[in-house]
Amino acid sequence: MADIMTPALGESVAEATVARWTKKVGDAVKRDEMLIELETDKVSLEVVSPADGVLTEIVAAEGDTVLPGALLGRVTAGAAASPSAPAPVAAPVPAPAPAAVAASAPVAPSVRRIAAETGLDTSTVAGSGKDGRVTKGDALAALEARAAAPAVAAAPSAPRPVHEREDRVKMTRLRQTIARRLKEAQNTAAMLTTFNEVDMSAVMALRNQYKDVFEKRHGVKLGFMSFFVKACVEALKDVPDVNAEIDGTDLIYKNHYDIGVAVGTEKGLVVPVVRDAETLSLAGIEKAIGALGKKARDGQLSIDDMQGGTFTISNGGVYGSLMSTPILNAPQSGILGMHKIQDRPMVVGGQIVVRPMMYLALSYDHRVVDGQGAVTFLVKVKDYIEDPQRLLLDL
Amino acid sequence: MAQYDVVIIGGGPGGYNAAIRAGQLGLKVACIEGRGTLGGTCLNVGCIPSKAMLHASELYELANKDFAKMGIDGKVTVNLPVMLQQKADSVLALTKGIEFLLKKNKVDYVKGWGRIAGPGKVAVKAEDGTETVLETRNIIIATGSEPTPLPGVDVDQKRIVDSTGALVIPEIPKSMVVIGAGIIGLELGSVWRRLGAEVTVVEYLDRITPGMDAETAKTFQRILTKQGVKFKLGTKVTGAKASKTGVALTLEPAAGGTAETLNADYVLVAIGRRPYTNGLGLETVGIVPDKRGFIANDHFKTSAPGVWVVGDATYGPMLAHKAEDDGVACIELIAGKAGHVNYDLVPSVVYTFPEVAWVGKNEEELKAAGIAYKSGKFPFTANSRAKVNHEGEGFVKVLADATTDQILGVHMIGPQVGEMIGEYCVAMEFSASSEDVARTSHPHPTRSEALRQAAMGVEGWTMQA
Repeated sequence: MADIMTPALGESVAEATVARWTKKVGDAVKRDEMLIELETDKVSLEVVSPADGVLTEIVAAEGDTVLPGALLGRVTAGAAASPSAPAPVAAPVPAPAPAAVAASAPVAPSVRRIAAETGLDTSTVAGSGKDGRVTKGDALAALEARAAAPAVAAAPSAPRPVHEREDRVKMTRLRQTIARRLKEAQNTAAMLTTFNEVDMSAVMALRNQYKDVFEKRHGVKLGFMSFFVKACVEALKDVPDVNAEIDGTDLIYKNHYDIGVAVGTEKGLVVPVVRDAETLSLAGIEKAIGALGKKARDGQLSIDDMQGGTFTISNGGVYGSLMSTPILNAPQSGILGMHKIQDRPMVVGGQIVVRPMMYLALSYDHRVVDGQGAVTFLVKVKDYIEDPQRLLLDL
Repeated sequence: MAQYDVVIIGGGPGGYNAAIRAGQLGLKVACIEGRGTLGGTCLNVGCIPSKAMLHASELYELANKDFAKMGIDGKVTVNLPVMLQQKADSVLALTKGIEFLLKKNKVDYVKGWGRIAGPGKVAVKAEDGTETVLETRNIIIATGSEPTPLPGVDVDQKRIVDSTGALVIPEIPKSMVVIGAGIIGLELGSVWRRLGAEVTVVEYLDRITPGMDAETAKTFQRILTKQGVKFKLGTKVTGAKASKTGVALTLEPAAGGTAETLNADYVLVAIGRRPYTNGLGLETVGIVPDKRGFIANDHFKTSAPGVWVVGDATYGPMLAHKAEDDGVACIELIAGKAGHVNYDLVPSVVYTFPEVAWVGKNEEELKAAGIAYKSGKFPFTANSRAKVNHEGEGFVKVLADATTDQILGVHMIGPQVGEMIGEYCVAMEFSASSEDVARTSHPHPTRSEALRQAAMGVEGWTMQA
């Protein structure tokens, strides 16, 4: 008998939810075959079978919360699979008709019917009835909205039929998690975006002047990201709200600066964290970003790599984006969006000159950061980038 | 001079219910009533005695007209003095019941006629003429209403009566003219018709019961006509001459024209009710009623600080249960809680046979507001219980929003629909759709199934017709 245990989940992750069992009791399993998907609020984890054999017991059912080291189930090594084993309590019985998610208040008969027939998740529908109950009208309106919006927030359990010129591709677990977290961020924070623009000529000149020497000395290329990380760290020191986190009715101010740097991979966007960025030199930052980027592309990022960030920088410019409104990386209160550098005519000293300009966006949680703070933050970043000497002189 | 939290002027449904609620919430409260008995118009000369007479007269008519075909033979006669006495006995017992409720809730019942004597003061004049002044933080005006007089037709309570007098006519009239085809006139007219009177109803408008859904009112009129009531619509009464033996009325078309005379033993003036605020001392706190006598309110507050108004004396349906809700909500606001009345969901009932009951909007109102609606209608002839009871007249009609299916109004005419309308009141409080009621189990065999079948009718799946 081999125990299936919950693995270590990562530094500040206390618990995980059993999202899905891929096998039911009595099924044959192979060693290292994926049995369980665990979900933390950072990322999904797969738990594999410790041995060849038969899954004989499910201890933690779907929906259960488990701690690291908790027993999830048992595999009897080498036992013959019994196809006629009775369906266990824990295994999910796939509903032939989509099951409506039970809301906490009893739901009206018409709403129950609509939910059963269409898979509408009534717990996500805003109720206009007494005490917020969902009425038939609310459900009908939600269905219309769902039909109108191609991107579905609530998971419809009944997949619609695929037509001839369409292909159905299942979302990866990671993408599903990203989708869910994006919606959570949007639904929780009072999210706004403020914009500014930065003249990159000073940094570009600095880079051009020293890039070769830099690479020779430090073994890593001098990019723009390190400047932005440094500028952001200083700006975060100036406007601590942007580095804070809301927790109930409290604000948690963080005195360390762990900057998440968004990296696009084949599988999706991941945000590994450059730890203690305030202690790193430009070279140190570039090295850290480089290492994390490689890990990301190789699919080797661990949960630890992606935890604990206090602020995030996202660069849409590499794809050609001129201006955008990034979504917050919950539970952070700010995210900087960098964009494409484009030559534009600017007025300097009364003259029109060509400057390499980049639009900057700061999306922020207005519950935590006020307008003045957000604008000031961006202005500071702009100032540090346009005049890197300020970073040296701590101005 | 005691200091009260609330002094309520009037012991009718608005007043005594406010008093009970105040007592329940621990307020120091007094309720003033000069009639000698509690219960107001409703209990003494309105709702209760009229329903007692309607019940007795309905049984009498049932016995004489319908028993034979059900295999019960015999003839019954009316003993009017006994009928009137049993009604009076019920009323008296109920008034004592209210006294008990006030005592139970530690309400001071002050006998006498109350009037406001300046801010925070209410003066009470007892029967023997002595005056007391009560000091209070809050005053609630719950003085109710009285029958509206008709110029030219003076009520003497002998030959020309209003609703109060119509409940104690000492003999069964050979003929009676009811002026006003409203609910009160039709109910009381039904009572005397059943007991043997020839009843003619004269109405100024072209239709009966203004405010009732038009289709329902048409059906109602047809049924009453079949029962023997004669109608003269679009007619006004210009004068009345009462003698010891009867009344001679002069009528003419509402728009003017040739006059005619109509004679009757008795005439009932039932053209409506108006607020009663005589001698209330409103001027001592600067309250001025509108030209019809109603006192304006904002969540029951009048223009005078610390003075509130509930019931028939202010706007809204002039119904006892509305006054009761007002009284409770007003006290809850005074006690610092949330008190609210949803006037859109106060039901109305006509206690004739068949009864008429409705709640919410009617078709004319929805059309006027430009609201698209669907309707489901179910006749009682198709209801098995009504059929075996030989009470198949009437229908249930449900109006629902064309888009959301939310129930907007329900109109019923049929056996005991007054007892059944409450189901729809609850449903509409929860913004229910017609489908919700259509999918709710109703016991079989009951007339209440008609409520469900009509709801099904909204979306076109009525099963029993």
